[in-house]
Amino acid sequence: MLNSLNRIKCIVQKEVWQLKRDKLTFGMAIMIPFIQLLLFGFAINTDVRNIPVGVVDQSEMAIGRMVTESVKVTQVVDVIKHYNTPKEAEYAITKGEVKAVLIIPTDINQRLVQKRSIAQWIVDGSDSMISSAIMGLQNMPITDLGLSDMKMTKTFEVALFYNPTRRSAVNIIPGLTGIILTMTMVLFTSLAIVKEREQGNLELLITTPLISFELMVAKIIPYIIIGLVQVTIILGLGYLIFNLPINGDLFQIFLGSLLFIAASLSLGLIISTIAKTQIQSMQMTIFVLLPSILLSGFMFPYESMPIIAQWISEIFPATHFMRIIRAVILRGADLSDVWQDTLWLSIFTVVGLLIAAKRFSKTLD
Amino acid sequence: MEMAITAKLISKSFGDFKAIDEISLSIPKGTIFGFLGPNGCGKTTAIRMLTGLLIPTNGSIDVLNHSLPKESEKLKYKIGYMTQKFSLYNDLTVEENLKFIGGIFGLKKQNLKEKIEKQLNTYNLTEIRKKRVGGMSGGQKQRVSLAAATIHNPELLFLDEPTSAVDPETRRNFWEQLFDLSESGTTILVATHYMDEAERCHNLAIMEAGKVKAQGNPNDLMNDLSVNVVELLVNADNNKELKLKLSKKENIKSISQLGKRLRVLVKKEIKDPISWLKQETPDIKNIKMELVRPSLEDVFVSVTGEGRQ
Repeated sequence: MLNSLNRIKCIVQKEVWQLKRDKLTFGMAIMIPFIQLLLFGFAINTDVRNIPVGVVDQSEMAIGRMVTESVKVTQVVDVIKHYNTPKEAEYAITKGEVKAVLIIPTDINQRLVQKRSIAQWIVDGSDSMISSAIMGLQNMPITDLGLSDMKMTKTFEVALFYNPTRRSAVNIIPGLTGIILTMTMVLFTSLAIVKEREQGNLELLITTPLISFELMVAKIIPYIIIGLVQVTIILGLGYLIFNLPINGDLFQIFLGSLLFIAASLSLGLIISTIAKTQIQSMQMTIFVLLPSILLSGFMFPYESMPIIAQWISEIFPATHFMRIIRAVILRGADLSDVWQDTLWLSIFTVVGLLIAAKRFSKTLD
Repeated sequence: MEMAITAKLISKSFGDFKAIDEISLSIPKGTIFGFLGPNGCGKTTAIRMLTGLLIPTNGSIDVLNHSLPKESEKLKYKIGYMTQKFSLYNDLTVEENLKFIGGIFGLKKQNLKEKIEKQLNTYNLTEIRKKRVGGMSGGQKQRVSLAAATIHNPELLFLDEPTSAVDPETRRNFWEQLFDLSESGTTILVATHYMDEAERCHNLAIMEAGKVKAQGNPNDLMNDLSVNVVELLVNADNNKELKLKLSKKENIKSISQLGKRLRVLVKKEIKDPISWLKQETPDIKNIKMELVRPSLEDVFVSVTGEGRQ
C-alpha cells in the first residue's frame, strides 16, 4: 500500500518534471481555458447587435430620417451606408457589404395615415440568427412620430432573400465546408514534416539536393486534391439531402475552396516546422481549429462579436472563407465581388509558404 | 596527392558545449578514412560539418573543391550519406525507396531504371525488391541504405556507424562492398567504434571529446606507439589486487584483462619493461611475461582516456 503510493508519487513527480520541460503542453494547459473563456465569454452573445445594414431613403423627407434614427437607436443594426436605389442595395447584400437594407418608400406619409407598414427590410436570410434579429424589429413602435399609440399592422415588412424558410442548414453547410477543411487540411500538413523528422527521414532529405520550397510545395499538392474531394462530398450531400441551394457558379465555388485549402495547408506547414513531435503539431492544430469554429462566423454572426474578437478572427483563413463560400453558394456572388477575402487568402498562402520554407532550414543548427 | 577533404582547425559549439575542438583533416581521394571514437566524441558532428549540414563555428572546410558552407548545395550532388539511424521510408518498398532517392538526385527515367537494376544486383536486393523496408533485418536495411546512398555515383561517401546494427558476417560482406567502391575511385569516410573496422581503413583519426588525438595509417599508429605492450600470464585469483597495484605506477598507462592474460601498457621511457615490471613488483617476478605487438585497441587506449583509469 505504502509502496504503491510511493510509486504513484514518483510518477507524479516525473510527470511534473516533464511537463515543466514541455513548455508547449504546459502553456496550452494554462492558455486554453484562459483564452477560450475570454473568447467564449465575449463572442458567444446570442443578443445579436450591430448588424451592418444599409438604407435606401426614397422619401427624402424628415420622417424618413426619423425612421432611420429610431432604427439606429435600437443598436440591433448599425447603419453603415446609404444607397440610392434598391437595386444597388441588393447588390451590396450579394457582395456581403451589408446584411440587410431598409427601404423607405416615397409614399411613407400616405402609408402612415393608412396604418400600413411604413417601410421594408430586405434581409440576407442565409444566417438565421441575423434574420431573426431583423424580424424582431418588425413590430417596433416609433415613438418619435407620435404614432406609438396607433394600432398598425406592422411597422416594417420583411423580405428574406436566399433562405426564405429560415432553415439553418442552408447557412451551416457552406460554413461546415470551412470547418472540415480547416480540421483536416491543417492537421494533415502539420503532421507532414514532423513525421519525417520523427522517423529520421528528414536527416536523409537534407543531405539531398532537395530545396525547402520544393519540399513544402510537394508536401501540400496531394492534400489539395483530398481537400477538393472533401468539398465535393460536403456540398454534394448538402444538395442532395439538405436541399442546399447552390446559386453560384461551380467553378467559382471550387476556385474559392482551392484558395482556402492552399491557405490552410500553408498554415499547417508552418505548424509543422515549429512542432518537434506529431503530438505537438496536433496540439497546435487544435489551437487553430477552435477559433476557426468559434470566431469565423460559423457558429455566431461575425457582426455581433466584440471588436477584438473580430480582429482576431480576421487573421484566420476560415473567417474569410466563410464569407466567400456563403456569398458564392447562397448569394450567387463571384470571387471578384468578395475580392478582399479572396486577396487575403492568396496573400496568406504565399506568405505562409515562404515562412514555412524559411523556417525549415536545411542545416541542422 | 589530390585531397577529397581538407579541413583546417574547425570547431563547433552548441551553446557552451564544444562538440568539436579545432580538428584538422586531410583525406586523399580514393581512400577509406576512419573516424574512431567512443559514442558522443563528435564523430557525427564532424561528418555533418563536412557534408555541409552544420555550419562550423570556426575554421575552413574544402570538400571536393567546394568551400563549405558556402557551396554546400552544389556539393550535395557529389556526396552520398548513410545516416547512423536508418533514414529511408519504412512504409515504402526497396524499389520505391531507390526510385525516390534517385529521382531527387535528378536521375532521368531510363538511366534511373538501369541504375536501380544495377544497385539491386550489386547489393543483393533483387529478391526483396518488392518488400517494404519496415520489416527487414538490420543487414537488409543496411544494404538498402548503401544502395540508396550510392545510387547517384557519389565521389565521396559518408558512413556514420554503418555496421552498428549487424552481425560480424554481414559486417565483413559490407566491407567487401566498401572496398569495391573504393577501388572504383570513391572516397569513403566512415565513423565507427569498432577496432576491426578501423583497422581496415587506409587512414584513421582517433577522436575523443571533440578532439583528434592521433591521426595516420593504422600500422604506423601501432608502430609509433608511445608504450610497450607486455602480456602477463596470471592466475584468475589475485588479479584484482595486482591490477590495483600496477595501476598506481606512473609509468603504466593502462591494464586490461583478456582471459588469463593481463595486458599492461608500459611507457616507452622504460627501456626493458619486463625486468622493470619484475623489479617494481617483486611478487610477480615468477609470472610469465612477454612483449607483444601492439593492437589498434592499445593505440586507442594509449592516446585517449586521459584522467581515466
